[in-house]
Amino acid sequence: MAKTLFDKIWESHVVADLGEGWALLHIDRVLLHDLSGARALTEITDRGYRLARPDLVFATPDHAVSTLPGRTSETFAGGARTLANLRIKARETGIRLYDLGQPGNGIVHVMAPELGIVLPGLTLVCGDSHTCTNGGVGALAFGIGASELSHVLATQTLMQRRPRNMRIRFEGTLRPGVTAKDMILAAIGRYGTAAGTGYAVEYAGSAVRALPLEARLTLCNLSIEMGAKMGMVAPDDVTFQYLAGREFAPRGADWAAALAHWQALPSDREAHFDQDHRLEAGEIAPQITWGTSPEQVIAVDAAVPQPRSANDLAALEYMGLEAGRPIAGTKVDWVFIGSCTNSRLSDLEAAAAMLGERRVAPGVTAWIVPGSETIKREAEAAGLHRRFLAAGFEWREPGCALCVAANGEAVPSGARCVSTSNRNFVGRQGTGARTHLASPAMAAAAALAGVITDVREFG
Amino acid sequence: MEKFTTLTGLGAPLLWSNVDTDMIIPIQRLVGSGRTGLGQYGFERFRGKADFPLDRAQFKAAPIILAGENFGCGSSREGAVWTLMDMGVRCVIAPSFGDIFHNNCFQNGLLPVRLPIEIIRRMAEAMEESPGNARITVDLAAKQVITPWGEAVPFAVDARKREALLSGLDEVAQTLQLAEAIAAWQARDRAARPWAWAPVSR
Repeated sequence: MAKTLFDKIWESHVVADLGEGWALLHIDRVLLHDLSGARALTEITDRGYRLARPDLVFATPDHAVSTLPGRTSETFAGGARTLANLRIKARETGIRLYDLGQPGNGIVHVMAPELGIVLPGLTLVCGDSHTCTNGGVGALAFGIGASELSHVLATQTLMQRRPRNMRIRFEGTLRPGVTAKDMILAAIGRYGTAAGTGYAVEYAGSAVRALPLEARLTLCNLSIEMGAKMGMVAPDDVTFQYLAGREFAPRGADWAAALAHWQALPSDREAHFDQDHRLEAGEIAPQITWGTSPEQVIAVDAAVPQPRSANDLAALEYMGLEAGRPIAGTKVDWVFIGSCTNSRLSDLEAAAAMLGERRVAPGVTAWIVPGSETIKREAEAAGLHRRFLAAGFEWREPGCALCVAANGEAVPSGARCVSTSNRNFVGRQGTGARTHLASPAMAAAAALAGVITDVREFG
Repeated sequence: MEKFTTLTGLGAPLLWSNVDTDMIIPIQRLVGSGRTGLGQYGFERFRGKADFPLDRAQFKAAPIILAGENFGCGSSREGAVWTLMDMGVRCVIAPSFGDIFHNNCFQNGLLPVRLPIEIIRRMAEAMEESPGNARITVDLAAKQVITPWGEAVPFAVDARKREALLSGLDEVAQTLQLAEAIAAWQARDRAARPWAWAPVSR
């Protein structure tokens, strides 16, 4: 029977069929970050369990660490104890920990592909909903809660109910100024924030095949914003070239065996999808959110829509926007370029490409937060940091920073921020902060112009 | 995990759609926190605002929340469930839930019940109109909700999740009984996919 990419990975990981669609799944890799990791490791030892496979567990602090240049683990005092606990538990249990300042450290969903921890055909979990990012390499990766994480650490398995298959095909060619971020925001705007609930989503079509690997990670990152725990792109030559030579990628004879396995993973031509959608890539404009849910999104050259529900009304009020007015030209106070969505080298290059001889507009605070220590070093080797600094941006240390504001860094109440992150929820970037989600190029343009700006007209 | 069998009590209407876990508990409250004592921070960004239903005196101790579409979407933070439990909430009735939140509920003995929005709205109206004596009963064994007007409305729930809630089962202990099957799967997989193991095993 014809199978999807998802079917193939799911079925090959069933340790026990538990009936009614439930299975005990083997989990090939576990990622821990500072907030979920220290607590989970403590819980399982407190309950008298042992770590099943420490060699399959990888940890990195990212959420509750300062991103101030020159930071130490004490700079954000609120997270210092959590990080200290993570270090102790990592040592006790023998898991790998990539600590601050070490190559490999960074946002958990940035470092995992970067090190080749995640590979096509693997199952991977993390106590973080954006684990779906890792599906960009063709893995089955999803976020879980604290109790499920304890279960995985103690057993290397997880009880899950099999989701249904959804495919979203992006056909055609993206127009200049349009990115993977705009593709997924447009899809969420079209289908809604709960459309993917209960589904594993595969992104396919010629426009997805044409995306570089880092852009595929961005695409999959926002799957959870459409309700889907799992988002994935079939592995292909782009994937294989990206992974070759990475620290935990297979080598030698293992590489050849892996490649044979990976090439058989893509969905069969006749495979059945319970839902199958098609979007025309060439019709997608640069996107920006106007409200407090990622589905409240419009093309940057559109007007703020008329409210259709109490939710819309509350969002307009929170965001301080007026229906019917063009969103372009709205004054901006903050810009954040970073997060597991858009903090990779290609994202920073896209932002830098907007600079020219311009400077950050007066009154705008603009942050660049590279996604990992390695990205930071690569960007610095290429001189990107000097260009950002000269233009008036702040060049920070790697971490989640203003995406989740768990580290004492926050957008002030009432301030308007164009952000490359993934959630525009009420208070997400700080109590009272107003978030507009957009691509790195759009964010950089907003920083330089001081207002929400259409990148296509920013010459 | 706390058992869940039958619950009778007030239902607090919170009929907004897309109530995300950031709204239930801001992340700042979960840095360095444990699983307890979080109820005081529940929905803190909405407290004291005129239209926030959970502030109203008659619903403060409600063990049931009557919610809108996609309740618990967003972040995987289980702290959202710990917060609701610490507020005294043992059941959320909504037309749909965020996937990860839905799983997290079952891990803690909080029952998520899916019902059509029309019934939830009617129950919310009944709670609003009542002088304080209206009650909702959620019976997990019988898989039904008894509305304030006495109608028994059936709901669907996974058999294994229902059994786990009724008995307060420890899933880790249950899975460890399958240790041999897990070891056998791993041995087979190491032979079939050495490339998935060799680079990381030590």
